[in-house]
Amino acid sequence: MNTFITLAIVLIALSFVYTWGAAASRRVASQTGEKLHSRPPYYGLYLVLWCAIPAAIIFIVYSLITPTIETVIIQSYFPQEVLNDAAELANQTRQVESIAGGFGMFGEPAPYQVQAAAALKNVEWIGKMALVALIAVAAVAGTLVARTRISPEFRARNRIETAIEMLLITCSAIAVLTTVGIVLSVLGEAVRFFTFVNPIDFFLGTSWNPRFSTTGHGGQGDFGLLPLLWGTLMITIIAMIVAVPIGLMAAVYLSEYAGPKFRFVAKPMLEVLAGIPTIVYGIFAAFTVGPFLSTMGDAVGLDINATSAFTAGIVMGIMIIPFVSSLSDDIISQVPQSLRDGSYGLGATRSETIRRVILPAALPGIVGAFLLAVSRAIGETMIVVLAAGNSPVLTANPFEAVSTVTVTIVNQLTGDTDFASPQSLVAFALGLTLFVITLCLNVVAIYIVRKYREQYE
Amino acid sequence: MATTTTATEAMSEKKSNRDLVQAKLAKRHRSETTFRAVGLGAILIGIALVFVLFGSILYKGVPAFWQATLHLEINFDPEVIDIDPRPVQQPGQSAAEHLDNVNAWIRGLRRARFDRLVQSAIAAEIPAAGDPSETRNVYGLVNANARYELAALVEADPSIIGTTVPVALVANENVDTWLKGNIDRDLPQRMQQLSPEQQEWADALYDRGVIEMNFASSIFTNVDSRSSGATAGLLGAMVGSVMMMLIVMTVAVPVGVMAAIYLEEFAPKNRLTDLIEVNINNLAAVPSIVFGLLGAAVFINFLGLPLSAPLVGGLVLSLMTLPTVIIASRAALRAVPPSIRQAALGIGASPTQAMFHHTLPLAVPGMLTGAIIGVAQALGETAPLLLIGMNAFVASVPSTPLDQASALPVQIYLWQGNENRNFFESRTAAAILVLLGVMITLNALAILMRHRFERRW
Amino acid sequence: MAAVDTAVEAPKTKNPHAHNRFATIRRPDPVARETKIEAKDVSVIYGTKEAVHGVSIDIPAQAVTAFIGPSGCGKSTFLRCFNRMNDTIPGCRVLGQLNMDGEDLNDHALDVVLLRARVGMVFQKPNPFPKSIYENIVYGPRIHGLASKKADLDEIVERSLARAGLWNEVKDRLHEPGTGLSGGQQQRLCIARAIAVSPEVILMDEPCSALDPIATGTVEELIHELKQNYTIIIVTHSMSQAQRVSDRTAYFHLGDLVEEGPTKTIFEDPQEPRTKDYISGVFG
Repeated sequence: MNTFITLAIVLIALSFVYTWGAAASRRVASQTGEKLHSRPPYYGLYLVLWCAIPAAIIFIVYSLITPTIETVIIQSYFPQEVLNDAAELANQTRQVESIAGGFGMFGEPAPYQVQAAAALKNVEWIGKMALVALIAVAAVAGTLVARTRISPEFRARNRIETAIEMLLITCSAIAVLTTVGIVLSVLGEAVRFFTFVNPIDFFLGTSWNPRFSTTGHGGQGDFGLLPLLWGTLMITIIAMIVAVPIGLMAAVYLSEYAGPKFRFVAKPMLEVLAGIPTIVYGIFAAFTVGPFLSTMGDAVGLDINATSAFTAGIVMGIMIIPFVSSLSDDIISQVPQSLRDGSYGLGATRSETIRRVILPAALPGIVGAFLLAVSRAIGETMIVVLAAGNSPVLTANPFEAVSTVTVTIVNQLTGDTDFASPQSLVAFALGLTLFVITLCLNVVAIYIVRKYREQYE
Repeated sequence: MATTTTATEAMSEKKSNRDLVQAKLAKRHRSETTFRAVGLGAILIGIALVFVLFGSILYKGVPAFWQATLHLEINFDPEVIDIDPRPVQQPGQSAAEHLDNVNAWIRGLRRARFDRLVQSAIAAEIPAAGDPSETRNVYGLVNANARYELAALVEADPSIIGTTVPVALVANENVDTWLKGNIDRDLPQRMQQLSPEQQEWADALYDRGVIEMNFASSIFTNVDSRSSGATAGLLGAMVGSVMMMLIVMTVAVPVGVMAAIYLEEFAPKNRLTDLIEVNINNLAAVPSIVFGLLGAAVFINFLGLPLSAPLVGGLVLSLMTLPTVIIASRAALRAVPPSIRQAALGIGASPTQAMFHHTLPLAVPGMLTGAIIGVAQALGETAPLLLIGMNAFVASVPSTPLDQASALPVQIYLWQGNENRNFFESRTAAAILVLLGVMITLNALAILMRHRFERRW
Repeated sequence: MAAVDTAVEAPKTKNPHAHNRFATIRRPDPVARETKIEAKDVSVIYGTKEAVHGVSIDIPAQAVTAFIGPSGCGKSTFLRCFNRMNDTIPGCRVLGQLNMDGEDLNDHALDVVLLRARVGMVFQKPNPFPKSIYENIVYGPRIHGLASKKADLDEIVERSLARAGLWNEVKDRLHEPGTGLSGGQQQRLCIARAIAVSPEVILMDEPCSALDPIATGTVEELIHELKQNYTIIIVTHSMSQAQRVSDRTAYFHLGDLVEEGPTKTIFEDPQEPRTKDYISGVFG
């Protein structure tokens, strides 16, 4: 409730400042008889900015530093033995806050706690008053400073537009900062991992057995990447074997054969597959496809594990079908009609035209689409977590359980983790590997697709 | 004459050519038909997979929404529930102390032998179940949290002590499994989940209509539970997901839209903006699990935000959704014909005015569609949430974004791993149906928007 | 041949509702010519819109027939009936009869693949496939199974390129992409590609509209040489081109065939006022 009242007061104050600024600019204009550079609302907005920004900065700084100051004040009343015991310190600090907040505590508070609570109450009150006063002063001062600038030749609109542009630039920068953040954080933790484990042992090791996390005694387990990478690769290959023919042929049919009505119905139906969350595919793989394949395997005398590279690969392939088909569909539609005409004009049938003219012409774009699909398959997590079997061994048999890079990241970084043992940190080294591989694939794919588009533009 | 000879030569050549072409025609048309059939087959396989996927989930999940429920006449016998009146806050007593007293009273209430109440109610139907040595066995028919439900009834209205009240109690998960035939009744007893008596009673109660299959509202109104699978629900996960969606909407959507506006309308075309562009395209293809690593390293380890918090989850998902929103918003802006912008500039509007007054309003539907698709994608994402601790068991509804919480897809992941597979397989499928229901609603909304605000120029 | 003859005289037409809305003026030809294709009451309908109204015309063998007229007059659409290219456009129907050597080209039992092997086409914009020059030429012979041995294919490539007057320019770079040639060379490559399957008729849909004057000149010379072996139908919006390359000219206006006859007669003494106006440049 309090928040709403505060918010309302702020809004009312700001709208008052706005009206005042707009009115002031009109008055100035009529007094001097000159034409204003910008329309009055811009002067109003200019005042609002000057009123709100300094006050907001003060508020943010206050919110950031108060908790620390309050803790320091509370703890200055505590005896030494409490200060030495971290758990007791936290507990008693909470109790003091509770007493100061009027809720009280169970049991009898120690005298120093009562004192601390009183002091805290005092400081909180002073702090709040000071905050209100400071904000008021800053807001009024900012507004007045801005008010003095209002004159017919003052370019308020340009100022506002600059402010808007700054905001827009900040927003665009966030996307870049995310990448920087990924690189720095993953790289930083990976480097820490490499202080425990030799990078050569990691990248070229053929055995994965990290043992349990024992802080301070790192480096006992085997951290060989190759079994995980092999599992990832095997599942990706199976997925592409499923997805590429179906996805590509579906795209060919949709773009070259299907009538508009069929397309209108079939295309969204295929795209439904793309919208399904991966956890659902994972469950589908674990509950339905895995047991089904296992039974089928028994029937033909094959020993297929319910959770295996095969199961995960097939379901991942299903997931990627719409991805391949809609990208390929886009690419195929960009092949100019004149090439089709040329081929039909020579007497080629549709399939000959598709196989000998359209697909070769679209090949670079389609390759780009495949690379994007591969990158997606490599980075996919939930299907493999649920259906690949989590058995990090080097095996050439796709019907056996395997493990992948993503599965291992999940395994190593969930449960009781700390950021000091190689058992947790290895997740970042794996993440780095994953990021670099997918980044390369994406860069190449996006480059190819872009070049392809330019070719026919 | 030379020309005539060439002409005749050409004629004879044409004759033979015609025969040559004719000879191959049948084969070519056959291969055309085959190719076409393969294309159609690919699409039909894709569509069939959609049906298989949904079919298997519906087949498993729909029955879970109807759950075995016991309708009992419970007599709140004062001899069994022997408890003092609820404590009242005394003058001079602190709030903390009062709360402690109330909690002690509730603890006492919960220790009452509610299982005996259930037993006598069931014994009214089946006298053999009334034997005092069978209490445990009989109470095993109802869900493990039934005693808390009954205690809550007393807590809410202590005057029901001494009266007989009809109460619907959800049956134990194993009873549900037994009655639905989700466990093979011919399995040897050591592999059964119910004792022979329980099996007999469950069947008898079902025959008499004491146990009915009722709508499992607990899926929507309860939080997750470890002790009582039958009443484990999705409420906590749904609230967690909603909080994260709100964070994504308030962070990713405005930032993404503003970044798109900057990149599309204001950014100078130079190396830097080119780099940003490439970076955003890449970011869209970075595996989601890498965003989880970013969250773990930056938000949890570096900034010290709590594990399992929807705030952290929401921020991670926002960063993940950002590129999608930016790309969709840019496409929407690009779809607005440049003539509109030029017209605005032509009558003296500044680029900012042209953008915000003319181009942007026309692009809003497209942007909204992109935003909804981005939010839906974030809703279904699981992998990054596992890395920031959201796979912890949480049996409460989060009240702030800093509380521990789960999310719908993560809850699905947790349930699929439950040991009581017979019961949780369908419970998991039911949770998937809830998730898919929300996603389909969101996507339908996006499609509706697209049709509703179809281009107006 | 009668100077004026109306389309009504074709009784066995498959086309129940459309006739040329005006009597086509037909001018006698001083030279006797063998008829290659005989069009009877051909109409083309896109959805509900009729683009060509019951056109009847005889196309002479081993001569160049030019279709002229203002844009949108249906001349290209009519041209595309001769190799059934209109089949590739959804919702397009062709009515009437097109007899080539006694076979009705518009008969749906007729195999378009075979037809297009006999009636080649060159398009408005040069459209070489994104393959090598060599592969562009052998595309047709390969799909139709006319030759499979390397030596035969080499021979076809050389002969077709030579006939298209391109051999000397490209013989040293046969395995470079066809898209790397200049516009005029690309168009001649497309003509060579069409010749490679030894068609009887070559349709040309404004083959020079995307070319510069010099390239146009080369292609026109080529057309002139080709007519000794092939029946050529050319659509052009350039009257001077029609005069330069064609033996007979047909003037189309809003889907009707207004006047047709020997090129010289049509240009020197048009009878229809619309033909006269178009030729003298009043509109177009």
